[in-house]
Amino acid sequence: MRKYVLRRVVLSIPALAGISLVLFTILALAPGDPFEELATNPNVPPEVAQRLRQQFGLDDPVVVRYARWFTSMVRGDWGFSFVSRVNVDVLILQRLPVTLFVLGSAQILGLLVALPIGIYSATRPYSIFDQLATTFAFIGFSLPTFFTGLLLILLFSIHLDWLPFIFRSDIEATGLAWAVEHLKQAIMPITVLALFQAASLMRFARSAVLDVIRLDYVNTARAKGLSERVTLLKHVVRNALIPVITLVALQLPGIFTGAVITEQIFRIPGIGSLLIASILANDTPVIMAVTFVFSCLVVLFNLVADVLYGWLDPRISYR
Amino acid sequence: MEQHELRRMIDDVKAGVLSRRRFVQTMVALGLTAPMAAQMLASAGIAQAQTMAGPSKRGGGGLLKVLWWQSPTLLNPHFAVGTKDQDGSRVFYEPLASFDPDGNLIATLAAEIPSAQNGGLSKDGKSVTWRLKKNVQWHDGKPFTADDVVFNWEFAADPATAATTIGNYKGIDRIDKVDAHTVKITFKDPNPFWAEAFCGAATGQIIPKHLFDAYRGGKSREAPNNLKPVGTGAYRFVDFKPGDIVRAELNPNYHVPNNPFFDRVEMKGGGDAVSAARAVIQTGEFDFAWNMQVEDEILRRMEQGGKGRVDIAVAGNIEHIQCNQTDPWTDVDGERSSITKPHPFLTDPAVRQALNLLVDRASVQEQIYGRAGRTSANFLNAPSRYFSKNTKWEFNPDKANQVLEAAGWKKGSDGIRAKDGKKLKLVYQTSINAPRQKNQQIVKQAAAKAGIDIEIKSVVASVYFSSDPANPDTYRHFYTDIQMYTTTMGAPDPQTFMRQFLSNEIASKENKWSGRNITRWRNEEYDKLFAASLTELDPVKRAAQFIRMNDLVIQNVVVIPVLWRLVQSAISLKLKNTSISGWDSNLWNLRNWVREA
Amino acid sequence: MARSSVEAQVLTAERLVPRRRSDSLGAEAWRRFRRHRLAVAGAAALTIMVLAVLTGPFVYRVPIDEIDFKAKLQAPSWAHPFGTDDLGQDLLARMLYGGRISLAVGVTAMLIAITFGTAIGSLAGHAGGVVDNALMRVTDLFLSLPQLPLLLLIVYLFRDLLKGLFGQEAGVFILIVAVIGGLRWMPVARLVRAQFLSLREKEFVEAARSLGAAPLRQIVRHILPNALGPVIVAGSLDVAVAIIAESSLSFLGLGFPPDIPTWGRILFDAKDNLDFAPHWAIFPGTAIFLTVLSINYIGDGLRDAFDPRKVLSSRKAGEDTQVANAGASPVGPTS
Repeated sequence: MRKYVLRRVVLSIPALAGISLVLFTILALAPGDPFEELATNPNVPPEVAQRLRQQFGLDDPVVVRYARWFTSMVRGDWGFSFVSRVNVDVLILQRLPVTLFVLGSAQILGLLVALPIGIYSATRPYSIFDQLATTFAFIGFSLPTFFTGLLLILLFSIHLDWLPFIFRSDIEATGLAWAVEHLKQAIMPITVLALFQAASLMRFARSAVLDVIRLDYVNTARAKGLSERVTLLKHVVRNALIPVITLVALQLPGIFTGAVITEQIFRIPGIGSLLIASILANDTPVIMAVTFVFSCLVVLFNLVADVLYGWLDPRISYR
Repeated sequence: MEQHELRRMIDDVKAGVLSRRRFVQTMVALGLTAPMAAQMLASAGIAQAQTMAGPSKRGGGGLLKVLWWQSPTLLNPHFAVGTKDQDGSRVFYEPLASFDPDGNLIATLAAEIPSAQNGGLSKDGKSVTWRLKKNVQWHDGKPFTADDVVFNWEFAADPATAATTIGNYKGIDRIDKVDAHTVKITFKDPNPFWAEAFCGAATGQIIPKHLFDAYRGGKSREAPNNLKPVGTGAYRFVDFKPGDIVRAELNPNYHVPNNPFFDRVEMKGGGDAVSAARAVIQTGEFDFAWNMQVEDEILRRMEQGGKGRVDIAVAGNIEHIQCNQTDPWTDVDGERSSITKPHPFLTDPAVRQALNLLVDRASVQEQIYGRAGRTSANFLNAPSRYFSKNTKWEFNPDKANQVLEAAGWKKGSDGIRAKDGKKLKLVYQTSINAPRQKNQQIVKQAAAKAGIDIEIKSVVASVYFSSDPANPDTYRHFYTDIQMYTTTMGAPDPQTFMRQFLSNEIASKENKWSGRNITRWRNEEYDKLFAASLTELDPVKRAAQFIRMNDLVIQNVVVIPVLWRLVQSAISLKLKNTSISGWDSNLWNLRNWVREA
Repeated sequence: MARSSVEAQVLTAERLVPRRRSDSLGAEAWRRFRRHRLAVAGAAALTIMVLAVLTGPFVYRVPIDEIDFKAKLQAPSWAHPFGTDDLGQDLLARMLYGGRISLAVGVTAMLIAITFGTAIGSLAGHAGGVVDNALMRVTDLFLSLPQLPLLLLIVYLFRDLLKGLFGQEAGVFILIVAVIGGLRWMPVARLVRAQFLSLREKEFVEAARSLGAAPLRQIVRHILPNALGPVIVAGSLDVAVAIIAESSLSFLGLGFPPDIPTWGRILFDAKDNLDFAPHWAIFPGTAIFLTVLSINYIGDGLRDAFDPRKVLSSRKAGEDTQVANAGASPVGPTS
């Protein structure tokens, strides 16, 4: 087991280097540059943009640029943003707390909503409860977050005037008032995200439980005289968790890259809005840093999921 | 207050048709009697009373919340990539003088506006002398002096700094410090628009020498104060998170008595224009929102019973369609749209004439942009003295059909006109932006009625407006038949703006498509007029030259102006004295803003 | 509890109706599918939508791009059954026209994603070891790709090439489904692999293995059908994702030209007018919702119809231990 984990970690290093090369190449070859706004302004001579391209090394061959990026990254230097000229790590650290707060809460809330409903639906398939849950899940999933977010804003901010819809990271109150203000502005974005996450999680949980609940050993357990509750929790859910764990492991790294659209709608200064702004501005160092950390998390969570599989189902062998 | 309402009304009169009375007024104020050296903007500025409505005492206004849906990413005005950055910096820094809504200069760090009368302007038009205010302190307590002014020129004009303001400083030959509070700027050539340096938020904001002196040229990025501005403005720095928020507090040592009103300012960034409008007009969560690029229909509905209003300021930005003079579909030595290969049919004046008749400007204005734009036949629309009355436009598909028919373009069985085996099929390119796509559809439909087939193409803005020489989809490459975008004017003077039709500015592979002349149109008369205007010091003659240049462009249908775009902001009904100017930062008058109970 | 009694009834019911062993697997599956009422309803709804978008534009002949500012933002009426948008264009005509693309893109991209994902996932899960490791690192790579720059790069590289090869519309279609499908298979692969890791060690697979079943047969006949649950859920969710993604692609200049009204595009255009012209958003929203819901029910029905556990368990232990199949049994909503 320990050997397995160790081997996987060692193997990840060349894999991540390969991933970083691919990422860098894509970003370098993708069209566009960070000087869009300079272009439409007649007061800025075109030489400025060309000068900046040179200064930032944008005209060098991709290989040279990658080597430069890689060597400084290894030394812990993530470079600086072409747009704000601030060091990339500073920018990311500024955005991290809000992202973790909003996305983390949404993820937890999503899980808390989705798992019980999904499991219960599976024990009563095609009951009225299940039908309602299914319908809501699919409404939640068919409507993109830009749409649900807007609906909430129209209802709670504009018609009812209960909640603010512009997220402020610098609320000046202290203590309880601070917490209340923060909560008020976070309710809508967290709800939007949690609903969207819950919709798919719920479907997967339901399907997973449904798959297991029909297996022989469940009947055996029941036949042994175990109560329905114990059967469900000890025998069904434990085995049904494998797809759910897989899914959560897929979603968790996403906390780091943020929720682009929701952050945009509610003006949450998270990593998602940083990433999209950087992408639209072709701010390569920032995109590169965020996506690379994201890939590390993807690899890490995949490993965690694999270890968890073995814990959930001891028959799974590590080879 | 009344003065502001009056100005806004005057701006409205300027719409489309120029009021004669206003024109005469301006001309008299400038005066044919005025010396050759008189600079028109300054003269008009002097004619105006320079007292601005403002707060009656310093502080006590609480928190001012303003919303920029594109957020500032850096706070050094010399590196400003767009208006958002200039605006963010303008909270802290000030220029020598600002441009009010009419394009007149208002002294800010200068003690007075230079003029021939006060000896500030030389007769040969080659130098200007600024006298600076004496009681000004930087936020860290150091005095503001002539050295700072000289330093800003040295800093920005150094190509190694790669300052975005370089264009406005490179025409300066030298700056002499006359005394601690007087500077004399000498230009390389006589300069009718001497206000291009040190005036307005776009290029004029002055940074302190004592904090940036060590970071000139290539090292400029490392200056710690790029993120922590120390300026002379009414508010001083508290906190800045790039792409998110700028926070400021009242400057107790501000150099104008009783200013400013608010104790703190918060500039929040990000999101989209529609929700920014909601936050100001519908819910009142914020006091001000910048650049309302929102369809007017939606804004009008918000305004009903809302808490804010939409404010319109005049600028010279023009949304226009360009007709490619060269062939975008033939490759000549690795370059399409090469000047050596004329366009197969857009060089036919009849085709361009017909296209001009097929752009339904009234519908675009009424249905899409509303108050944010005015229909116009001119490329050069503002300031009003440059507005040509010799041009007109109409939307007339029937006439377009006649023009094409007369020129020998006959309809084929597919309904598309053709001549000599060339079909009138066009690719019409623009950036991705909802109003533009609607605009494309409106033009496409009208063109179909005249037997012109249009294929719509849209490119994501960050690619379309990039300066990447390797990408064929940029507007500079212009690898389509026609294309549409807005050129902004920036300063209340057409000098830079009108460069884009010069023969020597043609974008090509040779200059890595950095030339400004995108249509690749060439006209000797235009080139001569422009050269003459560069050193013409008589404002009336110079205005006539620019009007003639505009007429050449319009009569030859080099471009088809679609809409003269105005600057639109959302303002809380309680917020007063904003005097938003289309020629300067939205925040140029921030020190005077007040909120009424 | 209530559940056990229902199951008892079902068990009895199943025992009372002897299985017609002569039926082929397909016919048997079809019979079971038909008994799944919601699946049938889903299939019917989807068929109606497909027929509507295929034949609709020939029957309902209002032009999709007729601009009429006098009729803008009108609520549904006889002249415009679905109302009009802000250029006064008829929304029903636009939805019928755009629906072809939305449905085709949604379903094709989903099929690409789940086929590819299932193939990679089952290969990795079954083979394990080096193969597993290599395939999972590739999956990691795809998961980490920054989609927006990648898409821009793809447009830049392939748009003109595909346009030249297949013509404007077909070229764009291929590009879109390839891009969406190509960026959506990873979760499926991970889910299928996880199922395989667990199922591989289960008794019935071991039984098949010890009986000498070839690896491919083990995968296709024994493991895969049991791993389909998450695939079907992922598939129906992917349809929604693909329909929405198509519209966001057109904002990058990658999708269809902006004057082609796909459902996602109409929904996006409608959002700023939501407070005073809700009809504009309701129709495309509902259409997407119905599509996704129908496909989900069809998926449920298919899984239950092909559920091999009945067969497996009956083979192993005879008719007596027939396990009640909660999904396919005719318990229905009454339970």
